[in-house]
Amino acid sequence: MEKETCTFSYCHRSGAVAMGLSAINTYVGENKVEDYVRYVRNDLMGIIREDLVYDLGRHVDDSVELFEEWGLPIWKKGDDGFSLDGFQAAEAGKKSLKDGGTPVRSGKWQIMINGESYKVVVAEAAKKALQTNREKTGMAQNHFERVFIVKAVKDTNGKNVAAAIGFSTRENKIYSFKAKAMICATAGAVNCFRPRSVGEGMGRTWYPVFSCGSGYAFGMQAGAELSLMENRFVPARFKDGYGPVGAWFLFFKAKATDSYGNDYCADKEYFDDAVARYGDYAKGLGTAIRNHLMMRAMKDGRGPILMQTPSAMAALGAAFKEKLGDKEGAKKMKHLEAEAWEDFLDMAIGQASLWASKNIEPDKSVSEIMPTEPYLLGSHAGCAGFWVSGPGDIAGTPDHYSWGYNRMSTVPGLFMAGDVVGASGHKFSSGSHAEGRMAAKAAISFILDNASYTPSPKMSLDEIAAELYLPFEIYEKHKTYTTEPGVNPNYIGPKALQARLMKIADEYFGGVATWYMTSKTMLEEGLRLLEMLKEDAGKMAASNLHELLRCFENYHRILSVEAHARHILFREESRYPGYYYRGDYNKIDDANWKCFTNSRYDAENNTWELKKVPYVKMVS
Amino acid sequence: MPSFVITEKCDGCKAQDKTACQYICPHDLMALDREKMKAYNQEPEQCWECFNCVKICPQQAIEVRGYSDFVPLGSSTIPMRGTDSIMWTIKFRNGVLKRFKFPIRTTVEGSVDPYAGKPAPDWSTLKQPGLFTAPARKE
Repeated sequence: MEKETCTFSYCHRSGAVAMGLSAINTYVGENKVEDYVRYVRNDLMGIIREDLVYDLGRHVDDSVELFEEWGLPIWKKGDDGFSLDGFQAAEAGKKSLKDGGTPVRSGKWQIMINGESYKVVVAEAAKKALQTNREKTGMAQNHFERVFIVKAVKDTNGKNVAAAIGFSTRENKIYSFKAKAMICATAGAVNCFRPRSVGEGMGRTWYPVFSCGSGYAFGMQAGAELSLMENRFVPARFKDGYGPVGAWFLFFKAKATDSYGNDYCADKEYFDDAVARYGDYAKGLGTAIRNHLMMRAMKDGRGPILMQTPSAMAALGAAFKEKLGDKEGAKKMKHLEAEAWEDFLDMAIGQASLWASKNIEPDKSVSEIMPTEPYLLGSHAGCAGFWVSGPGDIAGTPDHYSWGYNRMSTVPGLFMAGDVVGASGHKFSSGSHAEGRMAAKAAISFILDNASYTPSPKMSLDEIAAELYLPFEIYEKHKTYTTEPGVNPNYIGPKALQARLMKIADEYFGGVATWYMTSKTMLEEGLRLLEMLKEDAGKMAASNLHELLRCFENYHRILSVEAHARHILFREESRYPGYYYRGDYNKIDDANWKCFTNSRYDAENNTWELKKVPYVKMVS
Repeated sequence: MPSFVITEKCDGCKAQDKTACQYICPHDLMALDREKMKAYNQEPEQCWECFNCVKICPQQAIEVRGYSDFVPLGSSTIPMRGTDSIMWTIKFRNGVLKRFKFPIRTTVEGSVDPYAGKPAPDWSTLKQPGLFTAPARKE
């Protein structure tokens, strides 16, 4: 079977893990898959596709064990109960995960790794697999790097997706990849909302700055049904550098407090109010609710919110000395300090630089944490994405959850994996990898079952070239009209597109400017302005391939944000307090809204259909 | 400007088709000035500070100056990535120096073989749960 893979950049350092990672957040291991489902359901406020999450949980560990086999160093528990890094574990003769080795758990589902080269190692396996495929099929090329996919093209039969079209960012070359089945496995959408840092720091996004909603735009333009696109993620992270907090909370056992040392999650007034509005969901203290309580303290002027790193490190140091004696305890403490720095250096290097620039040593100084700008994604602590078929074999699966091919969207032949699958978050890197493999199996089934189908894209190559290179044509036609090509009334450049989108999203759709607050009237006005921006995108102009890339990236962001805003407008409640609020419906309303909200965009007519879809509880 | 190129050290990767930094940047930021034969970051506000250009530069000509919005001047973060581990030298604004060394991989680069020792896929189970390397968990 022939396969083609397309990545936007050099695959050893592309995607969400381009910088590395310091933990793998989904490894079921000694736990139960059903408990994994319960954990995800609690964190995502009660509405998830339990079939998808269960299916992920029963497959994910194999991917993690393969990563270790390929060379990813995974921490192991030492005989003294403390942690050993990947090299120390090997020296001490610790077993691999597959052979029953004990990982270092930072939380119930998370394990610690030395992950600077996580992507390098996993990409090496992928490239070897593609090489094997070339050798078996005689295909000359099955891996295309630096090709930006602009959109999906439907088949002349009006049903299937027949091609993915795009352009090289390195040479003047247009691509149309025809396929019987394709898997969309991109990241979510970043820098759609105006970020807290608007100068150079705009690049220091929590999720990768190069995630521009291409996967959402791809499926939307093919007419695939979306689910829970109102969901978003607002991570509370170390301020400005956006370094990870998970290890500090879970592994180092640090507490976050207001500036007076109070635990804002235990504030009676805030907590009682949260329970009154959001019911039992507030009692679960999921990620969204913890954000909500933090923001209550900030709005009362009790900020900055602080991660109490010195007391956490002192407590760990005391435990080391008690158990190991002064000398060995001090050595262990040195190792612990390195672990704290590695947590940043493996995945958010800018945060380490920020600590150094502000003379912050975590055993001596506290650090500020803060909720970031909103992000759209479906694999981390969020669940915005497409409505896909489940595997169908899990007990209690209702009919509307399964239509034959696992992870296939509502468009025949278009499969989804990772961030773009809706209603099933908390997969993280390992789960997204496993989901890609599950989707690939189902896609192969689809291809074999539809052997007589030959893709026939609705667009000719000439039409594709005209559409993809239109921004060049517009630029060349008008560029000499003004003395400075950057300011020209005949077109809009990529930076202006993004700035306008960010302003609309931030001010009308619940960004940081309004403390994540929006309402029917705000959304409707924002959507009116967004419609004009969408129209103006027809006048996008690019002077080179780099700008052409930025133009289409921002068009993808616009479509992603439109879906997000329309879903928030449709759902008349505040399901995700701490991520966003509907001021006109600031409560959780299970009687009317404990359901999925699905939508379909008709790109040809620029129309939307939204509907409620029943949620089914499959795990007790 | 997040990543920056030191003029004196950059040799434009000696006129190869692409410089190492252009090759590796996940966000298409590094460009080559063909007249000067020097690389530069063409869009600093889009830089994620992933340090991949810093790590790959054969001349060690690339470093990072923290985001001007919020990083005070004077510190530096310098990696030295080897075949199995990475060394970091971190200089604080007040002169404090920290050095760390972390593992990056336990196998030789290029040695990964995803099919070694694995069973061939069983086509009869294509529509069932499980992956060719391991069955799905049952509880």
